[in-house]
Amino acid sequence: MGHYVVRRLLQAIPLMFIVSIVLFTLVNLAPGGPLAGRGQSRRMRPEQIAILKRQFGLDQPLYKRYIFWLVGNDWTKVDTDGDGIKDSPGQGKGILRGDFGMSYRTRQPVIEAIRNSFKNTAYLMSVTLIVVAIIAIPVGVISAVKQYSIFDIIVTTLSFMGQAIPEFWLGLILILVFYVWLKNPMTGDSLLPAGGMYTLGMEFSLLDWIKHLILPVTMGVVGWVTWYSRFLRSSMLDVIHQDYVRTARAKGLRMSKVYFKHALRNALLPLVTIFALDLPYIFAGSLYVEIMFSWPGMGRLYYQAAIDRDYPLLMAILTIGTVVVVLSNLLADVIYAKLDPRIHYD
Amino acid sequence: MTEAINLLPHGESMQALIWRRFRRHPGAIIGSIVLTAIILAVALAGLSPYDPEKSDMSARYQPPSMSHPMGTDALGRDLMTRVLYGGRVSLLVGLSVMLITLLIGVPVGAIAGYFGGNVDNILMRITDAALSLPSLLVLILLSAILREVEAPFLKSNPVLTIASVIGLLAWMFTARLVRASYLAIREMDYVTATRALGATNLRIIALHIFPNAIGPVIVESTLEVAYAILEESGLSYLGFGIQPPTPSWGNLLSNAQEYLVKYPWLAIFPGVMIFLSVISINYIGDGLRDAFDPYKVLKKIGEV
Repeated sequence: MGHYVVRRLLQAIPLMFIVSIVLFTLVNLAPGGPLAGRGQSRRMRPEQIAILKRQFGLDQPLYKRYIFWLVGNDWTKVDTDGDGIKDSPGQGKGILRGDFGMSYRTRQPVIEAIRNSFKNTAYLMSVTLIVVAIIAIPVGVISAVKQYSIFDIIVTTLSFMGQAIPEFWLGLILILVFYVWLKNPMTGDSLLPAGGMYTLGMEFSLLDWIKHLILPVTMGVVGWVTWYSRFLRSSMLDVIHQDYVRTARAKGLRMSKVYFKHALRNALLPLVTIFALDLPYIFAGSLYVEIMFSWPGMGRLYYQAAIDRDYPLLMAILTIGTVVVVLSNLLADVIYAKLDPRIHYD
Repeated sequence: MTEAINLLPHGESMQALIWRRFRRHPGAIIGSIVLTAIILAVALAGLSPYDPEKSDMSARYQPPSMSHPMGTDALGRDLMTRVLYGGRVSLLVGLSVMLITLLIGVPVGAIAGYFGGNVDNILMRITDAALSLPSLLVLILLSAILREVEAPFLKSNPVLTIASVIGLLAWMFTARLVRASYLAIREMDYVTATRALGATNLRIIALHIFPNAIGPVIVESTLEVAYAILEESGLSYLGFGIQPPTPSWGNLLSNAQEYLVKYPWLAIFPGVMIFLSVISINYIGDGLRDAFDPYKVLKKIGEV
């Protein structure tokens, strides 16, 4: 197993290089560029744009920019004040040494912005996933045990519906119903807030935080629940017809215990793999949820960076995203082998 | 030859058998009817008395009524006309994405699966690389870039542009599926026999294995259309997809959040159309899956 993991990681290194070159080229060759927007909004003179261009290193040829991004430029002299003379040592350490650079827009370290946003995304996603588990596990188990029952048919229909609703439109409808239409009968205010993590300028109140969670979590939960409950249903169906389940029932064990303990444990096995493969989505958060509910997380950070053409921030999120995808694929395979002793890698 | 045909129940042809199984799936039948209705309505959009892009400032923000069944928008344009024209764009994107994933995925999968060895290795490493991209992030990046490329071809073919972006990040699933089928089928005796008769590789790949590998691909491609419609609507909603004034179901919703309080119909109707088309296509896909899966259906109707 150790050899297998090491080999997979070694294989991932050239893959990561190729992917990073492709992404870097795409990001940097994009027309418009980070300075196009600045020229419009702040009415900058061409000379000023030229200075900025030099400060950001955008006057360098593409291959040099990539090398600076990768290994940093502190080993050479660069032109920071924009006078055209390479006089001061570079500051960047490069992504290989963990330096993701400075954001063009905020001039702050990119890693700071990512750290702050990731906290908010992790908060939203962990609540979302807990709710998903609470709903999807019983629904998946019961619809498998009572296959083709009324319950199963209703759940199947609902999951077809859940998969067909565009996530962002579900958010619109939730805001329409719970913010625009439904009012709190006591105060006349909207029943639920339509954005943010908490009421600005208000002291911390648990109720306020929970209220702000309900709509974004609901919006995010629907897709995941339909996805996981369908998977659990089909993997439960594979398990409950096996001999050991029949034995457990024949021995007089309570049905709920047979299904929810003995059968569920094995049925969850393939789901662990699927969950590991879904980790990148947890990292990136739900872009649509975060944009719609002004949630200051990773998805919204990326969206804003894409609009601003904030190259360092875009590249940082894309690179971390790719690493997360590669690692979670590996994790899925490893966990699967650990949980299922019949599987061996060599 | 008669023996081979008799292996199928009731002595019917393969197509008839698949059609008979498909008809047993109520969701698929209802889905086909709804989708046909949507396609007809969209195709006949030209019969609407209103122009989809011409504004009428005297008729802004009218709620649904007899003359405007879905109301009018901020520029006084009839929403139903725009929804129907937008449907052309959205459905075309779905169809184009399907064609693009087939055009890339089928040859890659077929060649990798049929030849195996180094060819397989190289093609599958490329597939892996494409799969290791964080797809939604790259989708947004690519469409944000293409939005600003000043190429006349891209500007005049927005449907093809957005469909290529979605298709370039989705062909890998088709490729893997096709590869798996070809890996299994190439070992079968009839393929060996065909090769012994002197058939070329290309002939075997295209004429002898393909018809037997096509089932899962048809199901996957059907679902691909639904997936692409959802992706396009999301991107256009964010402002990265189809650009106004050309309507699409996604960009009709892009300002809907601001209008929710006063003009909710602007947010409801385009979304309902996306929902209806996607759910219909998914049910059709489900019906096709049952129809192409002999074991599942025969078991359900008690023939095994």
